[in-house]
Amino acid sequence: MNDVLDVALRLIIVFAVFMVVPLVVGQTEHKVMAHMQGRLGPMYAGGFHGWAQLVADGVKFAQKEDIVPAEADRRIFQLAPAVALLPYLLVLVAIPIGPSEGAVGQVVDAGIFFVLAVMGVGVLGSLMAGWASANKFSLLGGLRTAAQLLAYELPMLLAAASVAMAAGTVSLPGIVNAFEWWWLPWQIVGGLVFFVAGLAELQRPPFDMPIADSEIIFGAYTEYTGLRFALFLLAEYAGIVVLCGLTTVLFLGGWHGPLGADGLGWVWTLLKIAVLAFVVIWLRVSYPRLREDQLQRLAWTTLIPLALAQIALTGIVKVAIS
Amino acid sequence: MAYVADLPESTVLASDYFQSYSVVGLLAVIGVLFVAVAFGAGRLLRPVVPTPEKLLTYECGVDPVGEGWAHTQVRYYVYAFLYVIFAVDSIFLFPWATVFAAPGYGATTLVEMFIFLGFLAVGLLYAWKKGVLEWT
Repeated sequence: MNDVLDVALRLIIVFAVFMVVPLVVGQTEHKVMAHMQGRLGPMYAGGFHGWAQLVADGVKFAQKEDIVPAEADRRIFQLAPAVALLPYLLVLVAIPIGPSEGAVGQVVDAGIFFVLAVMGVGVLGSLMAGWASANKFSLLGGLRTAAQLLAYELPMLLAAASVAMAAGTVSLPGIVNAFEWWWLPWQIVGGLVFFVAGLAELQRPPFDMPIADSEIIFGAYTEYTGLRFALFLLAEYAGIVVLCGLTTVLFLGGWHGPLGADGLGWVWTLLKIAVLAFVVIWLRVSYPRLREDQLQRLAWTTLIPLALAQIALTGIVKVAIS
Repeated sequence: MAYVADLPESTVLASDYFQSYSVVGLLAVIGVLFVAVAFGAGRLLRPVVPTPEKLLTYECGVDPVGEGWAHTQVRYYVYAFLYVIFAVDSIFLFPWATVFAAPGYGATTLVEMFIFLGFLAVGLLYAWKKGVLEWT
């Protein structure tokens, strides 16, 4: 009975985090972008600095008419937002926050493998939306999404493999437990490659070619309205949380801080995730969008060679010290 | 066989291994329920007033020309081949990564790693030289 309660509690907490934290990131994006651009951002909803803006948006989305174009492939069109959103929920369960048994939704033995595989599924949602809309802009957006996935999945995989080599395990808590402070400079190249590739996979600026609003309206999401559109947006912000969480766990030492890993370790994890999420927003404000060919060139001629070099470095250092 | 006895004690039994995935499966069920409830509730909340204009495919406000599933030139199919080859190779890194520095391996596996990386690098250089990585 206790086990059942324990599992139920964990699942409820993971689900609550999944519902709340992406909204916090979204609201932070509203405000941070506004202040970086010399304006205020939402100020009205909820009273205090527009804190309830996204709640208001959610209410608005839920009341909007749900339109499926007559030409569209109806079933696939309606399912696509769920396919885009749910993988991030599943990844969240495997990300450890603190050193104790209670600070992770569920320890998955093949952690890195599991999270990378499931994260890749999310992109299928965009592909389904792009194809099923029967809209030229959506199709272009879907094709660009596919190209982006092909280019950036590989550097992500290689960078993660480097950390697995360093720790000698593919379990996420195991990796953080093996972490030492000098891993930071040792794995920094892999960390940068992982973060950049993750941004590209999430289609965040400067890698937002697939949804480039000035060229192809809104890419694969052009025909979506109301709740289904809201789920796509939620998927993007859940993706930011997942990416920052994984980068923290794999490359920044998770719950290790200057004062040691005991007690308030989970605060360090959350702090690092928050800083990374801020960087994601910052990049959106600072960098112009890459062109499709520039994006492919960056992946194949910069990120992949860098990731291979990082693997070589990791291998040499690891064998030398053991 | 002698080496069977050398397996570390923490070797995970298959039943334990799949138990962790049953929790993941439960979460997937919760997720599907959430989406179903959201769509169901949305159906109750939202208006339904379809008109032919609303259901028309969006094409910048003019009547759509031809059909949406148009023929497009997929310029990156060579990238797709490259990706599949490289990704299948990289998958083998993970099981190897957990044991390569174990006692008794050391230098040998390091040489193997450089042979592996060499193959990947030569493949990438070849594709580069061939002009495959140009987007034209």
